[in-house]
Amino acid sequence: MFEILKRHEMADGTVVMNEISAPKIAAKARPGQFVILKANETGERIPLTMADTDPKKGTITVIYQVVGKSTALFRGMQVGEKYQDVIGPLGQPTHLEKLGKVACVGGGTGIAVLHPITRALKEIGNYVYAVIGARTKDLLILEDKMKAASHELEVCTDDGTYGHHGFVTDVLRDLLERENIKLVVGIGPVPMMKFLCKLTAEYGVKTLVSLNPIMVDGTGMCGCCRVTVGGKTRFACVDGPEFDGHAVDFDELAKRLDAYKEEERMAYEKFMKERQAG
Amino acid sequence: MDEKSAKKEKIPRQPMPEQKPEVRKRNFEEVPLGYDEETAIREAQRCLQCKSPACVQGCPVSVDIPGFIKLIREREFTKAIRHIWERNSLPAVCGRVCPQEIQCEGMCILGKKDRPVAIGNLERFVADREREHGTGDLPPKQHPTGKRVAVVGSGPSGLTVAGDLILKGHDVTIFEAFHKPGGVLVYGIPEFRLPKEIVYSEVNFLERLGVRLECNVVVGRTVSLDELFEEGYDAIYIGVGAGLPRFLNIPGENLIGVYSANEYLTRANLMKAYLFPKYDTPIVRGRNVAVFGAGNVAMDAARTAMRLGAERVRIVYRRSRDEMPARAAEIHHAEEEGIEFHLLTAPKRFIGNESGRVTGVECLRMELGKPDESGRRRPVPVEGSEFELDCDLAVIAVGAAANPLLTQSTEGLEINERGYIVADPETGKTTKRGVWAGGDIVTGQATVILAMGAGRKASDSIHKYLTWGW
Repeated sequence: MFEILKRHEMADGTVVMNEISAPKIAAKARPGQFVILKANETGERIPLTMADTDPKKGTITVIYQVVGKSTALFRGMQVGEKYQDVIGPLGQPTHLEKLGKVACVGGGTGIAVLHPITRALKEIGNYVYAVIGARTKDLLILEDKMKAASHELEVCTDDGTYGHHGFVTDVLRDLLERENIKLVVGIGPVPMMKFLCKLTAEYGVKTLVSLNPIMVDGTGMCGCCRVTVGGKTRFACVDGPEFDGHAVDFDELAKRLDAYKEEERMAYEKFMKERQAG
Repeated sequence: MDEKSAKKEKIPRQPMPEQKPEVRKRNFEEVPLGYDEETAIREAQRCLQCKSPACVQGCPVSVDIPGFIKLIREREFTKAIRHIWERNSLPAVCGRVCPQEIQCEGMCILGKKDRPVAIGNLERFVADREREHGTGDLPPKQHPTGKRVAVVGSGPSGLTVAGDLILKGHDVTIFEAFHKPGGVLVYGIPEFRLPKEIVYSEVNFLERLGVRLECNVVVGRTVSLDELFEEGYDAIYIGVGAGLPRFLNIPGENLIGVYSANEYLTRANLMKAYLFPKYDTPIVRGRNVAVFGAGNVAMDAARTAMRLGAERVRIVYRRSRDEMPARAAEIHHAEEEGIEFHLLTAPKRFIGNESGRVTGVECLRMELGKPDESGRRRPVPVEGSEFELDCDLAVIAVGAAANPLLTQSTEGLEINERGYIVADPETGKTTKRGVWAGGDIVTGQATVILAMGAGRKASDSIHKYLTWGW
């Protein structure tokens, strides 16, 4: 169990796709849900939303960006190696509805989370506009898959190296002006989601975001992943990970994500030094 | 020494050797060091071997206490542990964490004039001796019945049910949501009070008996109860604990450095954050720590913070010393290690800095009014008594509630208005056919031994059902 069957480096090599054998989870998982992975005995429990599942093959796919020690450890794991623990599916699945025209907006590795939701929204009969973006061309992932999962796709890069020069929110604004969009699903870095929600609030369009706070158990037991939504404390692991973007306190979320910045930097530097030495 | 001269000499209760407070407050090794053989025998000689022993009535799983103590006296240590196993499959755990002072030892007749027999210390002694020097022989199992039982949760009640039913010949599988078995014994109770090696050894004992263990399975998510029945399980026992942390619901509670006790202890114990960066899970190492609540969990959190290098650790509790729910021994240990107690003090709001980290807590002085529904005197705020306590780490240890993850995803399982599963207190039967429940998910947060007692009753009932029907 939990063997890596496929491994693929994406973007500039800092984003990695793993297809993992996990039949029980693959059989149950629905779009929007996540798993917790732990590489080895001394590893941390890391939550990742599933980018895809294949119940027939009994596999799940996760895509992660290397940001610290734990993801660097994941990146070093080759085909045939096993995660010691994979737990899931966790969280509430995306509430899927046929609404008409919807927009799915993704940034960075958020596109991986957005992909199954986009596909599902199209499958149940919505007309789906997809907008995906990255800082630069080399960091863009899943363009082909997002093209297939949507009716119309627009790509943006912050530096103009590919597609539209600018932010996903620029393209979304045009779309909101032009089309009668009933729902926006926005998944990406916290600042992106924050500004996207500000924009859709101007147009009064319902907006779903998928949050990625720090977690430990993922089953509602520790309360680590608490986020303020509409002035109330909610647990992203059991109440989420998706919430009404207009009610989320993104500034608090951003701060809580930085809770262990110093420890993470220390652990990462130590890990890289040891790897170079070894 | 024979019994007569022992009585004449009037043996005092044998003290438990312990690590010195100034040393142990900075390490995670176990605090009590255990009896040696001679000390155990000497303590065992204090037992009066009562004809109708009150201690047994005080034990939620009815261990034959005079029986095993007599065997210690006779140096029959192996027989003694086998005698305990007949009623209790987790003696090394119970010997350490049971509140003996209000159970077996609280009823001991010697306690009326002198100090009671150290039953807990003796239980721990025979369990440890067996683990370290035992033959590894297993108790006999009955013939296989062909019936399959699923146990949800590997905490004290689940382990008890599994142990009982495997011996009765049933096929038992335990499902655990975490990556390691033991439940609260591994995520909640710190190493210095219950070494994890001891829990794994008790679990390993069950595995050697034939119990299967599947970790990383979140029943209610990975698999539902109905799917377990479809897979061929004949009965299901739910012992998932009361895992939802309670918060204070005051402003600033989401600041960085404000933890639930569950998160703090899970990071420290299960994820071994005290060994960071050797282990990858980080933890805020406060220099100035405030722990809210005064139960055993609060004591565990405070003592953990001290071991993680705090300069000052304060327990903040809104009632007085008399109402503190923690065991006297735990309060005593905490005091010895330099934990301060700020009683009749309640938090009003947390204060943070620009990066969202906690820097202090505004508190109110309290005074005690009339008793409330819990029977404890209700704390009333003293108007205008606000003052600020500095802290860079706060741990909220004010109890737990029922986790709805399993009950929400299960049809036909009645829950009460507080979210706990409704189960017959005598049998553990729920309103769903073939499903039993026990421990904290039925009673609310309680003790290890009460959860084991519930497991024992349920396993008797499950065995009857598998033999005779619902």
